[in-house]
Amino acid sequence: MHIPDGFLTPGVWAGASVLSAGALAGAVAKTRETLQDRQVPTLGVAAAFIFAAQMINFPVAGGTSGHLLGGALAAILLGPWNAFLVMTTVLTIQCLFFSDGGLTALGANVLNMAVIAPWVAYVMARLFKGTEGNKAIRSAAIFFASWSSVMAAALACTVEIALSGSVPWQVALPAMAGWHALIGIGEGLITTVVVAFVRQHWSLPQGVSFGE
Amino acid sequence: MVNKKRLVAGLLIALAIAALLSPFASPNPDGLEKVAEDKGFLHLAEGVELIKAWMPDYVFPGIASEPLATSLAGFTGTLLVFGFVYSFGVILARRRKTPVSGQAGHRRK
Repeated sequence: MHIPDGFLTPGVWAGASVLSAGALAGAVAKTRETLQDRQVPTLGVAAAFIFAAQMINFPVAGGTSGHLLGGALAAILLGPWNAFLVMTTVLTIQCLFFSDGGLTALGANVLNMAVIAPWVAYVMARLFKGTEGNKAIRSAAIFFASWSSVMAAALACTVEIALSGSVPWQVALPAMAGWHALIGIGEGLITTVVVAFVRQHWSLPQGVSFGE
Repeated sequence: MVNKKRLVAGLLIALAIAALLSPFASPNPDGLEKVAEDKGFLHLAEGVELIKAWMPDYVFPGIASEPLATSLAGFTGTLLVFGFVYSFGVILARRRKTPVSGQAGHRRK
């Protein structure tokens, strides 16, 4: 759901950029305090994986496709502040090198996919704290958190394009919510599988704080 | 500590996904693009791009074969992302050279 140049009015993209800049300041301050040298390569690998996975569009119904967003994956594995840095770098490189997402819309895309998506997933996943011992519940929690992160990002995106007057919100909202409810299922499945795989093979808890 | 072998394996998995799977990705529009198409506002994005990117739409320039161009763009982008995040991470982590608790790394904040 990378917003291109042209969908947002200056007031909306400037406002979103201010919010994202605030999040950037917060994330830099937080990671300066907590990030350790030996955690750095893990962030790089997570970002590389999310970039790669975002390229793999999977078909959903009706001639539409979706791809992993990765905000939930990053938040669950790395915590929301590290997730912000990872997602923001991915989005910025996509914008500058690949024309995926507009330069004016970068602040809005960061807000939707690097701030809102990871935080929603993180908060949702934390609601299930204490159920880590039960694999089925843990998987369901990760699935639900991931699905919610896509829905939240899509709703934020809808608000931004509707506020810009590109499309009336009554028209955009059902369509955006409908498609992303489907795309979110893919997000949930991929995130659940990848988190289980990483936790089994990478023993991440010793390397990166999970914000658990 | 996440050991080096596993990190290299992780990066190789990412590179393999970007290079080998990307040519088979669905060409259909994504959710937002589909909505823009159906609801008639896709034209707002036409011809207004501010910058000319190096690999627009994940196509490596100067390669005749489209799958190969996509594959190369994916490979290059994955390395770029790794490189940038790694560099930022090193800069951000530099401030604190004194790990308080030595090897016990599970920090809670």
